[in-house]
Order: sequence, then C-alpha cells, then structure tokens
Amino acid sequence: MARTEALPVHRESYAAAWWRTNATALLFMGPAAVLVAVFFIAPVAITFAMSFTDLATSTGLSNWTWNGTANYQRMFRSAFVWTILGNTLVYVSLTLAFNVLVGLGVALLSVHMDQRSGGLFRALWLLPRLSPSVVYALMWTWAAASPPFGMINYLVAPVGLEPRFWLQSDPWLIIILVNGFVGASFGMLVFTSAITAIPQDLFRAARVDGASAWQIVRRITLPLIKWPILFVLIYQTMSLIASYEYILLTTDGGPGLYGTEVWSLWAFHTALTNYYGNLEFGYGAAMAAVLVVMGLVISLVMLRVFRFGQLVAEPKVEVG
Amino acid sequence: MAAIAAPAPARVVRWPRTLPYAILALASLPIAVLYVWLFYSAFFPSVHGFTPIGGFTIDNWRFLWDPLSVPQMRNRPAIVPLTINTFIFAALTSVIVLLISSMAGYAFSRLRFPGRRPFLAGILLLHSFPSVTLLIALFVVLRTLGLYDRLIGVILVKAAFELPFGIWIMKGFFDTIPWDFEMSALVDGAGRLRTWWRIMLPQVKPGLLALGLLSFVQGWNEFLLPFVFMPSGSQQTLSTLVRGILGEGRFVDYGLLTAVGLWYVAPVLVIFVVAQKQLMRIYAGGVKG
Repeated sequence: MARTEALPVHRESYAAAWWRTNATALLFMGPAAVLVAVFFIAPVAITFAMSFTDLATSTGLSNWTWNGTANYQRMFRSAFVWTILGNTLVYVSLTLAFNVLVGLGVALLSVHMDQRSGGLFRALWLLPRLSPSVVYALMWTWAAASPPFGMINYLVAPVGLEPRFWLQSDPWLIIILVNGFVGASFGMLVFTSAITAIPQDLFRAARVDGASAWQIVRRITLPLIKWPILFVLIYQTMSLIASYEYILLTTDGGPGLYGTEVWSLWAFHTALTNYYGNLEFGYGAAMAAVLVVMGLVISLVMLRVFRFGQLVAEPKVEVG
Repeated sequence: MAAIAAPAPARVVRWPRTLPYAILALASLPIAVLYVWLFYSAFFPSVHGFTPIGGFTIDNWRFLWDPLSVPQMRNRPAIVPLTINTFIFAALTSVIVLLISSMAGYAFSRLRFPGRRPFLAGILLLHSFPSVTLLIALFVVLRTLGLYDRLIGVILVKAAFELPFGIWIMKGFFDTIPWDFEMSALVDGAGRLRTWWRIMLPQVKPGLLALGLLSFVQGWNEFLLPFVFMPSGSQQTLSTLVRGILGEGRFVDYGLLTAVGLWYVAPVLVIFVVAQKQLMRIYAGGVKG
C-alpha cells in the first residue's frame, strides 16, 4: 500500500531530475533542432510523400489526389529518360575527372613552390567558389560568346578553328570548364592539407636516395593521400549528381530539347520552372526522390568509411 | 680509404625550380583573365576579345544614377533596394547561423545528453547531403508556413542549409578550448547560458569571425533560393537581377552586365582580399560543395 503511494512521488521527482539535467541541453540544441526538423527532415519526408501524388499548379495545394506509383512509371517510360541519364553520366564523369585531376595538380604544384606563391595560387583557385554563381556564369557566357565578343574564339584562332558560339556548338565543353574551375578547388584544399601533413622526413630521405620529383609524387605522396582522394571522389560524385546551378545559368539544359539536361535539372524544370506553365510538383518530386535516396545512401556510406565513431566521441569531461 | 667516395650524383632529371610556377600560372590563366575582363569591360563601351573598343567611360554605370535611360532596367526593381535586400539576406543569414551553430556546437562539445550521438550523426550526414534536392518539397513547406515569397522565409532556408557545416565547425572550435576556463565559472555558480555567452564565446572569436564572414558571403551569393522562392519584384536580390538581364537574349549589353556584376561581386572581392586567410582556413576545415 505504502509502496504504490510512494511511486508517483518518485516518478515525479525522476521527471524533475531529468528536466533539471537536460533542460540546458534542450535550450542549447532547441533552435538547431527546430530548423533541421522543418527544413531538412520534413522536406525529405514530403519529397517521398509528394512523389505519390498528382500535386501540380493545376491541382493547387488542396485538390490533389494520391496516384500510387504513376509518377515513377511515367518517369521511367519517358521518351527522354535515356537522353537525360546519358547526359547525367557525361556531366558527372567528365566534371569529376577534371575536378580531381586538376585539384590534385594544383595541390601538388602549389606545395612545391615557396609558401607565399603557393598560397596565392590556391587563393586564386578559390575565388570562383567564393563569387556569386550568376557573375561567374556571366563571365563564362562572355568567354564563350559568338564573335566579335568571346575570348575563346580569339584563343583558338591561331590553331585555325572557326569562330563560333560555343554554348551552342560545344555546350558540354563549356559546362565542364565552368563547373570544373569551381569544383577543382575542393580537391585542391583537401589534398593540400593532406600533403602538408605528410612528415617531411619521408621526402628528405627520398631526395637523399636520389629519387626524382615524379618518383616522389608517384611512390610517396599519392599512396599516402589515397584516403583523401577516395573521400573527394565519393563526395564530389554525389554533389555533382545533385547539382545543376551552373548548367541552369549557362545553357539551361539546351541547346534544343534536353541537349544538356541532367537528372537534377529535369526535376527542377518539371516542378519549379518551365515554359508550359503547369508546374508538376508530384512528378518532379518523384525525380528528386531518386536523388534524395542516393544522397542519403552515399552520405551514410561516407560516415561509415571515414571513421565516424571517432568523430562523435562523447565529451571527455563533464560538469554537473 | 678511397672506398669512402662521395656518392655519384644521381642521374635523374630534376624539375627546374621554376617549372611548377610556369605550369600553375598557365593553368590559372583562365580564372585571372575572366576577372580582369570583368573589370575592364565595366569601364569601356565594348570589348571584343581582349581589345577594348572606344575610350574609358563610366556610362555602363548609369544604372546607379539614371536607371530609366537603361532599357534593361526599366521593368525591374531599382538597384538600391535590391542591394539592401541582398545585404539583409546575407547579414541575417550570417547572424542566425552564428547564433544557432555556436549554441548547438557548444552543446555537442561540452554537454552529455540523451540523443547526442544520433543527433551528431545526423548533422554529419546532412553536412554531406546535397540539400539542393529538397527545393521542391521546401516550396510546399514555405507555402504551408506562409513564408513563400518573403525574404525571411528564404533566409531561414539558407540558414538551415548552412547549419550542419556551422555546427560542425563551431563544435571543433569549442573542442580546442581547455576546460579550465569555464570550470571556474561553473564552480562559482554561473549558469551554463551565462558561461557560454561571457566565457566561451570570447574564446572562439576568430572562429565566429571566419564562420560569420563565410555565411555572409554564401548568403550574398545565393541564387537558387531567391530565384525559386521569391518570384515577386520587391523582394528580389542582386543575383536574380543579374540573371534576369543575362537571360534576356543572345545579344547582351556586356558593358551594362559587367558593371552590374562588378557592383554585385565587389563586396565579396573586398572580403576576399582582407580576410583570405580566415576563409581559406575555415574552408579547409570542412569544405562543402
């Protein structure tokens, strides 16, 4: 009897104790938790939910209905799905190759010069990433412009190439350069910090043994930064699959119908801006859902591969 | 004793000391050329290839004082309100990111609480997750919350996107601060909130400055979010203005465009020159993109 009466009192004090110890954490974490819930977690759930509806401008936010997997069937049966998958493959693989190779090149070259010049070169390569995308795209649009403007026409004239409007004639070349000169700085920064972390003794020993610069790079530097290289490869593959901002700003998926349209831009055009006037949110969400799944899976793999456990270790010391 | 001869000089081809400079200078040339062109195209009537046509002029800049004489500016919001919008966007994004990530970063660094591990895992996951894939769903979220086509809605989305990076970086900065500093304050009976504000934040000032500058630049540069979520004129930013003029057609007035572009990019260039070191360091700490 006395025991059952005592319980509620005990439980209350337990709740109070929980509150006392965790109120502080709640206070500090609260705002971040709210923003993450509203602008990350909810949108992920909504993307999946929407992909099973016919939500569009024509239905409005209130008259939509569930339509099962109709969007997914329509997507994979679309006359353009192979064109767009092919475009995505071209875009991701070529830009990735440019990003990693050039990033590695800039990192290696800039650490083989005096510190000040190396830093200046790296800063210059970071500049496109820090500039507004519209201004950066504007500069490339000009460079690729038709005569009498574009810079590229003047550069290739000595080789005997006809002047042309590069965005129309060679859209992939321009898209890969535009993205590449921004994207290479990512690898550059990661590789530079990895290379500078290698103990100098290794290089000194190799030089005493008479190794050439190329041998040092090939036999010492590259094997020691293989993890950072793998990290950059995975990370950039994922962000390239999801990215379309610079394509939107230069060719906007053209020339013609879907000349350079990639998967993520297809979703964007379908759901958020198109010339037909009917924005198909449900259909676009199905396209985006594919990307969201890929993003989540690849991010999870990266957490596992790159030693997540160490990164989230509990705080070492704890006061009250 | 002749056995101990000096080792024969290695017969390997060494890179000349200047070779890395030459290769890298050549590879970097496109970037340099693009930015140099932006400057001189803004001050000449026209530039063909590398050759300016006509003499130095500030005529391209008349969108600042006589916008009605510029056909492309007539149906668009005035430049000054747009610049103010862009500044508000960038500054508020920066303040929100700083405040919220330094609170959460402190909690992750110093407090033990239920759900800490999964939450931190979630933050890391979002750090590499391509948030741009969520734009379609965010359209619905903003409509539902009544924040669509309003500056504050876009600011909140932008701040949320920057948050995983900010929290991770701030946690890193707090991790480097020795415990003794706040220990004495806590033992003296100061609350956590007070300790965080009075003792801890001043310790991580360089980190706050770097993160604040970076968030400001990211907000200032943002194009997709205002483009998609703020379609009506009065709320637009400089990025949608430049995009609007650029998207008008193939025969573009590059003089005007580069002047507007230079006006837009100038604050970023100033920050870049002044605070290059801080920006490089924070980028190397956790690059995104």
